Amino acid sequence: MEQFTGKVWVLGDDIDTDIIIPTEYLALKTIEEMKQYGFSPLRPHLASQIQKGDMIVAGKNFGCGSSREQAPEVIKALGIRCIIAKSFARIFFRNSINNGLLLLEQEKLRDDIREGQEITVAVNSHISYNGREYPLASLPKNLMEIINAGGLVKAMRARNGLTG
Amino acid sequence: MGQTIIEKIIARNGGRSVKPGEIVTVSVDRVMLDDIMIPFIVDKFHEMGFTKVWDPDKAVLIYDHLVPSSQQDDVRHYKAGDEFAAQYGIKHVHRSDGICHQLMTEAGYVKPGDVVFGTDSHTTTYGCVGAFSTGIGYTEMAAILGTGNLWIRVPETIKIVIEGSLPEYVMSKDVILRIIGDLGADGATYRSLEFTGSAVDAMSISSRMTMANMAIEAGAKCAVFTPDEKTAKYCGMELNDFQRGLRGDSDASYFQTLTYRGEDFVPVMACPSQVDKIRNVKELEGTDIDQVFIGSCTNGRLEDLQMAARVLEGRRVAPFVKLIVTPASRKVYEEASACGAIKTLVKAGAIVTHPGCGLCCGRTGGILCDGERVVATNNRNFLGRMGTSKVEIYLASPATAAACAAAGKIVCPDKY
Repeated sequence: MEQFTGKVWVLGDDIDTDIIIPTEYLALKTIEEMKQYGFSPLRPHLASQIQKGDMIVAGKNFGCGSSREQAPEVIKALGIRCIIAKSFARIFFRNSINNGLLLLEQEKLRDDIREGQEITVAVNSHISYNGREYPLASLPKNLMEIINAGGLVKAMRARNGLTG
Repeated sequence: MGQTIIEKIIARNGGRSVKPGEIVTVSVDRVMLDDIMIPFIVDKFHEMGFTKVWDPDKAVLIYDHLVPSSQQDDVRHYKAGDEFAAQYGIKHVHRSDGICHQLMTEAGYVKPGDVVFGTDSHTTTYGCVGAFSTGIGYTEMAAILGTGNLWIRVPETIKIVIEGSLPEYVMSKDVILRIIGDLGADGATYRSLEFTGSAVDAMSISSRMTMANMAIEAGAKCAVFTPDEKTAKYCGMELNDFQRGLRGDSDASYFQTLTYRGEDFVPVMACPSQVDKIRNVKELEGTDIDQVFIGSCTNGRLEDLQMAARVLEGRRVAPFVKLIVTPASRKVYEEASACGAIKTLVKAGAIVTHPGCGLCCGRTGGILCDGERVVATNNRNFLGRMGTSKVEIYLASPATAAACAAAGKIVCPDKY
């Protein structure tokens, strides 16, 4: 079972895709150029503070709003290992998985945790924080394969015997 | 433990019982690819390394958003689609027959209990015949074309019960707008809407189609109606035991239940620029308008055009108002011509345009300008949807829209 530990950034309910990456930056040529503006309407310094392997813990309806696939791509490019939220908006959820970004639903953790704390995620089992265990529903094998492959296009390439 | 309709469809597809929240892989019965997305789908399909379409007979390619072309570059989309269809043996290609969501059920591509995906958010429409259908991105469509599968999360169900009968000139559009207003624009996110009750039983397939079409405006993943004899007739088939059993069990578990009395519905409008900003038409009466649009995958069917014709029979559209009428498909156009509805509308002063998405997606056929106000029967009144961002869009039923066209201002349909 895959397990990893990291520091968390804590956000609220209804973090929409305009917060994640505002429309005015969508025309930038690459995600690398865009990522510095991630979350800028809400927290202008957050993008520069996130370290590779950090996680986001948020409230309900994370990723609501437009269908822009740049939103999960920016979060991934910032180095976020996974997002744990009470719930995710439907299109964002799919776009994230297809871009190889792990999303986990957990109802209670958000209410108990403080920013900057460390958690340990045991995928498909539970999250450990402050001596407590928060259960996680299982993700099916095929979804984990998409995430582990780095997204749907890469997963399909691997399936078809192509590399890279 | 009983099951809701959507749980039954997914359970049968996967061959095992399911519960809300679970992620399962479904075998896809049909896919719909539209002209806007086709070049992107083709690129992703090839990038993924696929060399054949899993089942070309299950793919339907429909040109509707860009038909007829309004910009020279639109032709590139037909070319990409035609080449892809020829290369992989896709035979179901509609190049000018109407709007994708109308054609999918009208041309018999979707049957009760099917699992269907399309590259457009209004793919929810096919729930009108008891299918599970929803919109996806082009990357996922490419993957389905290669594999025939897609993962889904089993949605919770919101049950909506409507008993009794609707007043005259109140249409299913008024019903769904009211429900969206009550749920809010995200009130059904990730959930399935299940419609039931005697008012729903009395509705035509076309009326149910309008409601399933707009479920996405409350965030819903899908919306389903129990297949009945009308469904069987519409689909040209006998229902099997599974299809007949697609009703919510009495001991099924629902996230929420909303109950309405048919008699309580009144004509309503979604005001600029949110679909859940619902007000009674009565409160808006007297507001001046510049244009009226009757059409789209929401309300461009025969009963919609017949209702508009009934309201406009022997009347004239106000001189300063442009009335644009767009049948949802060639078949609807033919039927509306045969029954005289088109003639009545033209006599009243309507501009009848070719079947397609045109004005609803802001591409062609009546684009509006700063300061103009339109009463429209389509499904979205977002900023900039039908022209500039300073256009005010009021969404309404065909009966209300036709009455407004004659009056040159917002009025209740029962006054005309």
